Amino acid sequence: MLELRGIRKYYNPGTVNEMCIFDDFNLRIAPGEFVSVVGSNGSGKTSMLNIICGSIDVEGGAVFAGQEDISAKKEFERNRRIGRVYQNPAMGTCPNMTVLENMSLADNKGKPFGLKPGINKARAGYYREMLAGLGIGLENKMQVKVGVLSGGQRQAMALLMATMTPIEFLILDEHTAALDPRTADFIMGLTDRIVREKRITTIMVTHNLRYAVEYGNRLLMMHEGKIILDKGQKEKKALKIEDILGLFNRISVECGN
Amino acid sequence: MAIIIGTLEQGLSYGIMALGVYITYKILDFPDLTVDGSFPLGAAVTAVLLGKGVNPFLVLLVSFGAGLLSGILTGLIHVKLKVRDLLSGIIMFTALYTVNLKIPGKAYVPLFTETTIFDMEFLQVFGSFYGVAMALMVTLAAKFLLDLYLKTKSGYLLRAVGDNEVLVVSLAKDQGLVKIAGLSIANGLVSLGGSVYCQQQRYYDISMGTGTIVIGLASVIIGTKLFKSFSGKWVVSGKIAGSAAFLTRNRKGVRPTTAVLAGAVLYKACVAGAMALGLDPQNMKLVTAVLFLLILVCGMERKRKVKGNA
Ligand SMILES: Nc1ncnc2c1ncn2[C@@H]1O[C@H](COP(=O)(O)OP(=O)(O)OP(=O)(O)O)[C@@H](O)[C@H]1O
Ligand SMILES: [Mg+2]
Repeated sequence: MLELRGIRKYYNPGTVNEMCIFDDFNLRIAPGEFVSVVGSNGSGKTSMLNIICGSIDVEGGAVFAGQEDISAKKEFERNRRIGRVYQNPAMGTCPNMTVLENMSLADNKGKPFGLKPGINKARAGYYREMLAGLGIGLENKMQVKVGVLSGGQRQAMALLMATMTPIEFLILDEHTAALDPRTADFIMGLTDRIVREKRITTIMVTHNLRYAVEYGNRLLMMHEGKIILDKGQKEKKALKIEDILGLFNRISVECGN
Repeated sequence: MAIIIGTLEQGLSYGIMALGVYITYKILDFPDLTVDGSFPLGAAVTAVLLGKGVNPFLVLLVSFGAGLLSGILTGLIHVKLKVRDLLSGIIMFTALYTVNLKIPGKAYVPLFTETTIFDMEFLQVFGSFYGVAMALMVTLAAKFLLDLYLKTKSGYLLRAVGDNEVLVVSLAKDQGLVKIAGLSIANGLVSLGGSVYCQQQRYYDISMGTGTIVIGLASVIIGTKLFKSFSGKWVVSGKIAGSAAFLTRNRKGVRPTTAVLAGAVLYKACVAGAMALGLDPQNMKLVTAVLFLLILVCGMERKRKVKGNA
């Protein structure tokens, strides 16, 4: 379970640019839920994810993971239980390290980074297998630096690396937005597969309404720091892209655009 | 001949220092100016301990330790107090100037009679190359240990933090601590280089740290650039660079650490060459600055950094 309780968040507090993005924001996500989140630019989706992960501080409220209040924990501490994939494929991998080295790093998450050899040779076969499972030929590029891979290849690796060790929560922020439609479909399918296989509680922010409707078992729509639509499994099944698009347009009209 | 030997000896001890600069500049992507203070710090510690008759090899270790400490302090200033990287280094090397005066109690200490690592009897077999042999041994030991470290899990994390901090945080590791550790090891090596240099020159001078960062950066950039553009082809100018490279030759070509050592020797050779051609020592700094600018411009290769969470 993941829960945000009474979150208050101001950007630039105490200055002329002060802006309240969340005022008493509440959200509860049950274990195993796969939540897709949509909403206009600036509606606070990334801010919400940053608050969950501890990337930004809040003025009030608490974040719960399971029964534990993790509000006081630093970002890196929270990441023991959280995996995250960003919109920018470069954020999830080390460009100057090889595919094999990157996989080894990810495989060691949660364990001590001591003076043992960086690459556990016995695991190399397992990495190769995992990469082969992607079906994009990465298993033949184990010694290639990740920086020379394409965005889609890197994002596939980032996803694999984020979910390699047991995690409870997966946070995806427009992780298909920088990819071409075909690669985006591929990464989206891969995401769905991993989330189902590992039963990870997942929050996926996306601007692709088709993905939002097709994947996951709950749908949220955000607007100006509030959740204005929350559809659970059953209602979501009946939901169509047109419905969400309609709501999007209505909001824009209300805002006077 | 004497010039060649002197160049090799100095180049190699500066090489150890350059290995430290390699860690900060290339791996951590942190332009660390602490080295202008930590290089003479190693020398200052060395001058005092040698004067007390301490085993010169133990002195190397203590100097390394002193450097570790100074690196930790720079790291703490940067990570915990959130001071910009350049400024953290400036603060540290300014502070270290006083420390480096206080440790020996004066600005100049001659070390003519003290026993140094260069006075070991077994070195006699190397004839007039005894100094080069000793410097090479310490330098290669430092290089191999660093190579080994960079292949450990901890070393991987160090490389990762300079490459993509966000990933280190994703791995549930405190990126600040990793940086502090990196700065610490780097300055440890710089101080070790200072200690070797001091034992070799047989004096300590407070001003011997001035411009260390320039020598270090120049060595790193010359070395890595040269061996990148000729990767695998073994076009190496300078004899020792060639043999050093040969010693550590592996399938992938030259290790960056080897390249950095070669770069340091080459840089020293250039300076010695300029002096031999009659360059007025008074113009030295200006020429160095121009040379360094040229190296920087030719080696333009700043990597783009991954930033932010959006
Ligand atoms: N670091 C910051 N400083 C000041 N204001 C910020 C900061 N980050 C976000 N904001 C503001 O907070 C609001 C929400 O931003 P956020 O990035 O959460 O939106 P988003 O829903 O992720 O938008 P998008 O769909 O464009 O990614 C925006 O109005 C933005 O200008
Ligand atoms: Mg966003």
